Order: sequence, then structure tokens, then C-alpha cells
Amino acid sequence: MAHEMELTMVKGNEALGEAAIRAGCRFFFGYPITPQSELPAYMSRRMPEVNGTYLQAESEVAAVNMVLGAAAAGVRVMTSSSSPGYSLKQEGISYMIGSQLPAVVVNVMRGGPGLGNIQPAQGDYWQMVKGGGHGDYRMISLAPSTVQELVNLTVQAFELADKYQNPVGILADGLLGQTMEPVRFPEIKEDPGPHTKPWALTGCKGRGKRIHTSLELSPEGLEKHNIKLQAKFKVMEDEVQFEAYKCEDADLIVVAYGTAARVARAAVDAARQLGLNVGLFRPISLWPFPSAALSGLVDRGVTRFLDVEMSAGQMVEDVQLAVLGRAKVDFYGRTGGIVPTPREILNEIQKVMGGEAK
Amino acid sequence: MFMHEILIAGFGGQGVLTAGQLLAYAGNFEGKCVSWVPAYGPEQRGGTANCSVVISDQQIACTLVTEPSLCIVMNQPSLEKFEKAVKPGGVLVVNTSLCEKKATRTDITVVNVAATDTAIELGSQKFANMVALGALLGAMPVVDIEMVLKAMLKVMGEDKARFIPANREALKRGMEAAKSAVHA
Repeated sequence: MAHEMELTMVKGNEALGEAAIRAGCRFFFGYPITPQSELPAYMSRRMPEVNGTYLQAESEVAAVNMVLGAAAAGVRVMTSSSSPGYSLKQEGISYMIGSQLPAVVVNVMRGGPGLGNIQPAQGDYWQMVKGGGHGDYRMISLAPSTVQELVNLTVQAFELADKYQNPVGILADGLLGQTMEPVRFPEIKEDPGPHTKPWALTGCKGRGKRIHTSLELSPEGLEKHNIKLQAKFKVMEDEVQFEAYKCEDADLIVVAYGTAARVARAAVDAARQLGLNVGLFRPISLWPFPSAALSGLVDRGVTRFLDVEMSAGQMVEDVQLAVLGRAKVDFYGRTGGIVPTPREILNEIQKVMGGEAK
Repeated sequence: MFMHEILIAGFGGQGVLTAGQLLAYAGNFEGKCVSWVPAYGPEQRGGTANCSVVISDQQIACTLVTEPSLCIVMNQPSLEKFEKAVKPGGVLVVNTSLCEKKATRTDITVVNVAATDTAIELGSQKFANMVALGALLGAMPVVDIEMVLKAMLKVMGEDKARFIPANREALKRGMEAAKSAVHA
């Protein structure tokens, strides 16, 4: 393909699909649910064009287990869903982590709990970042805030999954999934393929068996397996990503991710115009959480943080853990699928700073 | 430094989502930062529909428009819902063909245009969105109308080139209506 990599206008959900294909993903198993349905719809159209496989499973549970099977065969594979559907995939994610199989799992969050609604929300932070499935496990969780970043992080997610033989999560929300923006796609990459994975199930003619299982009945054996997994998770802790915006001289730092961070950036700019020294700290990897960077801001003298989420307050606990009581952490959140406005966040900034500066 | 926050509302089938997309593409062609988001509630054909478009010379913070600086309402329910949301000093284009009541705000520029009637004169009520978009661009030249027409080929496909002249006429009729309204 000789065409230049020009900017094209793409909806978040479709951009995610195209990015996966360009990362070498040729297998997608999913089930429709708003607000991520454009992604499986895009894959159903696009996969046949690249000799890939799209399959709409009979349920989310079936889809995630198909992902497990494809991952065991050593190919790049992805599934996606939205909050209630993502809940259904937790068993498979835990099994993949137990079996050390790489895959990319996407949650385009909507309002909850339960069926909730189909508007954008961030109430699934704990679920993806702290576990969701059973057992002691960790999963790199990436939170894009623009369609371009969604593309970049999707490509990265496949690399990270293969690197650590572990699923990688992408945590987006309905607004990002539905937003159409200009993006630049990377060149198409080949899936490194099963031959680069000495554990892949490729048919054992002429060689010994390879077994993937998360079952280990002996306590000693399972503890040994857990120690091995934990050592791997420890190494994964290096994959921290964040963005610090106007934080250098800030007295107050707003902490937000994804869509909330994007809105907060406008509030920070507005606060700066009012002469308030405010910055934005945006975690991009939610796990590993950029605790050291936040703690570093406290070392530098920051005493106030304002955590903003489209939830009742989940990431705020990680912010509190990072600063360990050395700074005050306020919280502002909207729930139910409501996206806070820049003005609302600016009001909160003024409220928090008013009590201190004046 | 500029940031146009645009909301286009009407009922499903009036082409409000398309008009917004063309506007966003046109802005993109002109090298501006753009975004487009459809309202995606449990919508149905014939029900209400709207979209948010942001066109700016800097990185876009919020893609969802709740207080538009520029707004098009294609029918009465949209007028009732969004007139009050327009930022003071903003522009509101009202499709008077399908709005019984008039806009009452005095702190904004109201552009009344009989978009649907004008479209029918031009041969099809499907041009109503382009008449209204023309009116918006007449009141605030956010993008060049030739870029909107270029966007049309990109979105609809090159085989729709035969519809360009009629759409150009629709946009121009809207612009003229805006000019007489703004100077009235």
C-alpha cells in the first residue's frame, strides 16, 4: 500500500478496530452491546478483507473463551464489550492470566451498576484495575482520552500482551467510543505468529506436548505458580504511563483519566486564565498506577489534589494511596452517564482553592 | 484563538447528523482541530436526533457540546430544548418551516430560515439540512462552503458528485437568508 498515512475522520470504536488490525490482530470474538457495537460491526466488515476471523459468539462468556482458545494457539486476538458484557468476561480473563495467555480485552464503559444505561461513565475502574475476576492477578490497564490515543494504545496493548503473556485491558468510555476525530493510523504490522511463541499450541507431531491450564490441585504447586506470576507482575509495574500538564508550578493538581481528563484539561486552562496555578495529572496506565510520579509532586510541594471521575470515586483511592496522607485529596464525580462540564470542574477548583489561597 | 461549539438538532431523517459530519470534515480539510459526536440515546427513526461538533484552532478538550456557541434547530421540539442552552452572544438558526413558535432570546443572534420550504423549492426536502447549514455559515463563517461540498464527496462517495450543484445552491440560499436576517 503506497498511500500516505493521512489524517482520516474515524469514530473511536472503529478506530480501535482498525488499530487492532494494524497491530496484526486477525481474530475477533465478541457480542454486541451499546456503546461499543460499532467495534464488532467494523470487525465483521474488515476482518474478511484481511483474511481474518470475525465471530459473533452466542454470549460474552463464549466470546472470551474463544479468545482464550485463539491465544493458546499463539495468534493475536481481541474481544470487546461494554460494562455489563465486560462483567461476563471476567471468568475467562482470570483463566487467561492463570494460563499466561496474551490477549487484548476492551471495555467501553457505560452507566451502571447493573444494566444501568448506555451513556458514558467510569464506574468500572475497580473492576478492570483491581481484578474483576477471581484470584491474585494483575493486568496492565490503559486509559485513552482521545481517538488518536485510543489507536496508539491499542497497538501498544498487543505488544505488551505478547511481552508478558498476559491479557492487557483497554478502558474507554461511551463518549470516546462515539466521538469521531481525525486520526493517523500506523502501517499494518504482521502478527509475529505462533512460531515466535514456544508455548503455542501448533499441533504436537514430532515434539512434546504443550499444556495450558489454570488448574493446579497441589497447594505447593499452585503457590509456586502464584510466586512466578507475582514476579512477572512485579516486572510489569515498570510499564507506567502518564501525562503531566501544567504541573510544574501548580498549587493544585487535578487528577483524572480518559474523558474526564479531557474535560478537566479545559477547566485547568480556564483556571489558568483566572490566574490560578492549576495543573492536570492524567494517568494513562491505570495499572500500573503512576504512584511514584504523584508522590514526586508532593515532594515538590504540592499539597492539594482534586480527583475528578465519571464515577462516585474509585481512582481517588489510588491517588490517596500514592500521596499517603501527605497531601489533601478532594473528589468531584458525576455518575449515571453524566459527563461533567468544564465549568463544573472549574467551580470545584475554585471551591478547593478558595478555602486555602484567599 | 477560536473554539466553535456547535449543536445541530432535529428529528431523525432530517440529516442533522450528516450536516454535522460535513461540517467537521470541512474543518478537518482546513487544518483545524475537529470532533463530532452523535447523541446516541435510545433513539429511533422519526425521534429526536442531535450531534455535537467542535471546530477549534487548538486541541479539543470536551467533544460533547452542552452550551453551544452555534446551534441549528430543525424542528419545534429542538427549539424548545436547545434555545436556552445557547451561549450568550451565540447564533441560533431556526428552521421556521417546522417551528410554530419563535425564538425569544434577545442576547443571541437568531437566524430565521424556512429551510424545509426552501429545500422543497429546490426539488427535495432532503436539502433542508444544507439550507440550515448555509444559514449558520452565513452568520458565522466557520468553514468555506466549498469545503463542505468536498466533504460531501468524501462522506457520501464520489458517485454522488451529481448532487453537488443542488447542495451548493441550498447552502447559498441559506447564506443569503442569514445575511438578510443578521442585517434586519
